[in-house]
Amino acid sequence: MRADPNLYDYWPYRDRPKIVWPGGKKLAFWIAPNIEFYEFDPPKNPSRPGWPKPSPDVVGYSQRDWGNRVGHWRLMELMDRFGLRGSISLSTALIDHHPEIIEACVARDWEFFSHGIYNTRYSYGMDEAQERAIIEDSIRSIQTATGQRIRGYLAPALTHTERTFDLLAEYDFWYTCDLFQDDQPQPLKTKGGRLVSMPYSLEVNDVITYGALAMDPWRYADVLKRHFDQLLEEGERSGTVMCIPLHAYLVSQPHRIRAFEDALAHIAGHAADVWFATAAEIAQVYREQYWDQTVADIEARGLASGGTGFGPAED
Amino acid sequence: MPMPDDYLEYPHRAYGMDQSLYGWRPATARPRIAWPGGQSVLGVIVVPIEHHMLDPSGKPFKHPGAMVTPYPDLRHYTTRDYGARVGVFRILDALKHEGLKATFPVNAVLLPRLEPLIEAILEDGHEVAAYGVDTDHIHWGGLDRETEKAWIEEAKAAFAKVGLSPRTWMSPARQQSFSTLELLAAAGFEVCLDWEADEVPLPMTTPAGPILSLPVSNELDDRTLLNDRRQTEDQWADQVVAAQAYLSGDAERFGGRMLGFTLTPYVAGQPFRIASLRRMLAGLAGASGFTAATAGEAADLFARSARG
Repeated sequence: MRADPNLYDYWPYRDRPKIVWPGGKKLAFWIAPNIEFYEFDPPKNPSRPGWPKPSPDVVGYSQRDWGNRVGHWRLMELMDRFGLRGSISLSTALIDHHPEIIEACVARDWEFFSHGIYNTRYSYGMDEAQERAIIEDSIRSIQTATGQRIRGYLAPALTHTERTFDLLAEYDFWYTCDLFQDDQPQPLKTKGGRLVSMPYSLEVNDVITYGALAMDPWRYADVLKRHFDQLLEEGERSGTVMCIPLHAYLVSQPHRIRAFEDALAHIAGHAADVWFATAAEIAQVYREQYWDQTVADIEARGLASGGTGFGPAED
Repeated sequence: MPMPDDYLEYPHRAYGMDQSLYGWRPATARPRIAWPGGQSVLGVIVVPIEHHMLDPSGKPFKHPGAMVTPYPDLRHYTTRDYGARVGVFRILDALKHEGLKATFPVNAVLLPRLEPLIEAILEDGHEVAAYGVDTDHIHWGGLDRETEKAWIEEAKAAFAKVGLSPRTWMSPARQQSFSTLELLAAAGFEVCLDWEADEVPLPMTTPAGPILSLPVSNELDDRTLLNDRRQTEDQWADQVVAAQAYLSGDAERFGGRMLGFTLTPYVAGQPFRIASLRRMLAGLAGASGFTAATAGEAADLFARSARG
């Protein structure tokens, strides 16, 4: 076990080289609907139960199913009204269970990235072959169903191994949503490739705000607006990224969806300064235009500590 | 089985405190403090810079903010790390905008990695304080004296290595052993931010000499209010401003007061909290009779006031 992952170098937020998003925009905004499948009776993982209550956790399971049969459709229609495309964090097995959802997202030209196979199968305890199998299954299954070669990853239920990021880079993923250290993208120190740490969010993630933090809908909308306003202000100095990770089984509830609409209206009202993008579009621009300047800045400031993630640091 | 006989013996049952670190003195009997600038309230703003490692032992208890899920808990590691790379710079900017000085206790292990942050803190005229080795080196009653002494020396040496000799100490999790204050005084520390027994600076005595306690409010702790108790950023900001206003009124009657509170970077430095943080700091800076000082400055001002 390591005290520090060494996945990225310390890089102070102040005085960074400037990022300007396409069209001269200050903030890159993306929405990540998590389209997940939680199994009725998942196999046991010694590190974590599949459900907080013994299987079958009827309320938990059926609420998530409600998200798939009702909530997603409501969210899609709302995003359509604002002309916003989603970048879908997909439980890959959902392709087999509910292809209608996949077709509806493909028709909207939304992006897909992998969120594992099921959100009830964790990475804990996997060996390298098993973790490769998850990644290869994700690439293959999503390509077959959508025609898209996925470029992003969010580990199932945010469970990782020490080799997760090296494997993603090896399979030519462009970005990971698993790390929360910054409001700008940053290069990760993998053995190969160009894997970007893409700002996702726990702070404005509806699972956290509605679950752990027990916010009411209008409080959540207020947090979203404040978060957006601050990151937009700072984006003038150097382009920032804001993601709203969503779960339809929470945000699309009839008592909540209007408050979320209100927040989206606020954000959509700043179109002159905001690049409405997908995660892969942001990652592509970053890799092509800003990766090298970031690495050079870290180097020039004497902050490059060497080594790669979970490997030994060089002196 | 009943409790042993001595369980009903009370060796310290007498007037005053049941320890020798400081004496009993009700607020009504305190000598008036006259801050040299004539201020009613001296603010000590504490910005803790913490290292939350991926593999904490969690002994003797988990430090607030420690890892939660099985190794590698990258989710919490990176969420905490956000504070020292992003959030703290928002706090620095907000402090600078209002011309307020603060104290930044830093876990010693972070010093080499955070060199640019340390420079930014010092450049803005703030104080860097010692904050133990890291969040997994908690000083507590079960720690043997030699180990604790070695930890304090280890922290001191790490600061010396980057050219710093902090006067002020805050313990990880603000926890201590029965010997901590003595060992800190012996190591040359003059100010401690762990205790909050009064609303004014409180001189403490140890076998190794004196050390000054500056109160830092646990009930206004941002991590507690915002993360644990889930209050809104406006509720939090309002309470800090209200505390200042109340103390200001009290100061007219009883002399100068102190208001110590924390701004934890990974908590207070979140984008959606910055508008409230700015409003809070503007409210403090704009209040008549309020001034903020670093811990070391507060100790000096207190010494001047005590001399008359």
